[in-house]
Amino acid sequence: MSKLPDKERALGMYQRMSLIRKYEERIYYLFLEGIMPGTIHQSTGQEACAVGMLYDLRTDDHMASTHRPAGHDLAKGVSLKSMMCEMFGKDEGCCRGKGGAMHTGDIEVGALVANAIVGGNLPIAAGVALAYKMQKKDNVIVCFFGDGATNEGAFHESMNAAAIWKLPVIYVCENNLYSATTSIAITCNMQNPAADRAVAYAIPSEIVDGNDVLKVNEAATRAIKRARSGEGPTIIELKTYRHGGHSRNDACQYRPKDEEKHWFDHDPVKNFRDYLITNKLATEEEVEKIDNNIEADIDEAVEYAQHAPFPQIESALTDVYWEGK
Amino acid sequence: MALLSIADALKSAIAEEMRRDPLVFCLGEDEDIPGGMGGAFTVTKGLGDEFGYERVLNTPISEIMLAGVCVGSAMMGMRPVADLQYGDFLFCMMDQLVNQAAKMCYMSGGKVHVPMVMRAPCGASNRGAQHAQSLEGFFTHVPGLKVICPSTAYDAKGLMKQAIRDDNPVLVFEHKLLYGSKRKEKDAISTVTEVPEDDYVIEFGKAAIRREGKDITIVANLLMNYKALEAAQILEQEGISCEVIDPRTLVPFDYDTVVASLEKTGRLMIVHEDNYNCGWGAQLGSWIAEHHIFLLDAPIVRVAAYDVPIPFSPVLENYVIPSKERIVEEARKLMKV
Ligand SMILES: Cc1ncc(C[n+]2csc(CCOP(=O)(O)OP(=O)(O)O)c2C)c(N)n1
Ligand SMILES: [Mg+2]
Repeated sequence: MSKLPDKERALGMYQRMSLIRKYEERIYYLFLEGIMPGTIHQSTGQEACAVGMLYDLRTDDHMASTHRPAGHDLAKGVSLKSMMCEMFGKDEGCCRGKGGAMHTGDIEVGALVANAIVGGNLPIAAGVALAYKMQKKDNVIVCFFGDGATNEGAFHESMNAAAIWKLPVIYVCENNLYSATTSIAITCNMQNPAADRAVAYAIPSEIVDGNDVLKVNEAATRAIKRARSGEGPTIIELKTYRHGGHSRNDACQYRPKDEEKHWFDHDPVKNFRDYLITNKLATEEEVEKIDNNIEADIDEAVEYAQHAPFPQIESALTDVYWEGK
Repeated sequence: MALLSIADALKSAIAEEMRRDPLVFCLGEDEDIPGGMGGAFTVTKGLGDEFGYERVLNTPISEIMLAGVCVGSAMMGMRPVADLQYGDFLFCMMDQLVNQAAKMCYMSGGKVHVPMVMRAPCGASNRGAQHAQSLEGFFTHVPGLKVICPSTAYDAKGLMKQAIRDDNPVLVFEHKLLYGSKRKEKDAISTVTEVPEDDYVIEFGKAAIRREGKDITIVANLLMNYKALEAAQILEQEGISCEVIDPRTLVPFDYDTVVASLEKTGRLMIVHEDNYNCGWGAQLGSWIAEHHIFLLDAPIVRVAAYDVPIPFSPVLENYVIPSKERIVEEARKLMKV
């Protein structure tokens, strides 16, 4: 059982989780309506991973995400408006419309541009951590990846480098049991694809219920402490599940219904809400107020983004090389 | 005859070859999980049912391994047909393709060969810079690789069968907006046409003339061939007659068909979705200039994506990728030279 958090902290975490849930639900709806371009990979069901891991990072710490970045970005503090504008391909998007749904991020708040190459962010995170170390900074970087990414060569090369150089990086595997349509059980013979391999690199690891935000946050606290005090990397494997399909067009027909039910019943947002009320950290009304405020913020962001201007066409030709600030 | 999209035509080519030759097998991420998509674009869906999962391998996300097991198994006589989901991930397997697959035959003094097929979906489709590239030109630079790019269902079947029977590594570039699979893509073009149900192959190095004309020769591949045809229709009304050629394979390349066309037209325009600098059009243009400069009545024109990564925003993407309007405009200018 986790130690009871103080009220402000608990509500802060709930607010972020609820924001991610409602954001993803709205994006999904906008796609169904045909209003939003491109494709999407949503993090619905994995909110506790993002919030638990990132809640205690400082703004000058970094986070490296994947093709499924929205939860991580919102938890790291990328603004809702700039996320929404990016999704619509608008000039005020966090990547000025050049990135898109798989590349959201904002270096101003420590969110690296998300990486749509599976495993592509892992060595980059090691490099960021190497720079902290060379520059004698006490920062840490949290690098997210999926169960499927652990089968990439980039995973193994990065773990080894992080280990030998004792880098301040936290490698966080969100094991949602599938890489696209493929069960991790048929592509890796280990029960815990990230944590079980940690021993091969002599990196400490933890396996945590990724749908329990407080447990995730406790593991994060330990790993951040290790990293900041120069003890090196940690691998954290979070057991979780995505509620929707892999991407826009996936009806998820390859997942057993009883497995889905088991995980849907273990909903990170709903459970945490119940926890707050049962433990008298918040009243129904307080929680509802948070939710309503989020809905209003999202309404506003969508309205804003839909009416915001597209980038000037000629801007397509800039930024290929750094042009200075 | 059967009415097939490119996705279905590729599927029937692979299935027919697997029936014919027990050494042919296919592999890739999400290749054919029951209830899944069949690769990213449905091409391999259902093959596991017929051939079993010993010959239809659902691989881990491990591109180096994917390409490398193709090389190794091909050297031992197998005929792997691998699926990459998105051509952009070719860069993840570069060593195995370029240093290994492409060089085995040569380095062994011709004692070893590598009959493998690597399928790479390509083209921009509002997915952002890492899921959008047209890399066919890149690989034409590598001696030892063959590079093909079917743009019709008929060609897709015949060229895929030829690729599987070819004794060398073949990269197949398949355009996302031409698959015509049930997965709906914005701006997709339907490629559903009549395709023979019996066995046929299309020889590599034979271009197809998609439209005859006498003023300008336009050489364009994949999606750009369709844009060129649309442009040709508009130009026709203005009295400009375009001959539209689809090279179909880039290595080997059918220069003869282009030369024969230039003998009529004297004007050459090359259109590709790959970016301008060192795209395959640069090779074709300089080859024509080297060998047949006196056939030309005007400078060669290349219409290509601008030299930038593919941006996400639809307005920017549409600008960067050649449009039919850009082709029309360039053609008008070319006629005034
Ligand atoms: C190098 C590379 N290979 C393949 C893909 C296609 N792809 C995108 S997401 C994905 C599945 C990733 O699974 P996992 O790592 O478990 O992350 P999840 O999607 O579950 O969050 C695949 C195969 C890719 N983007 N990059
Ligand atoms: Mg996964």
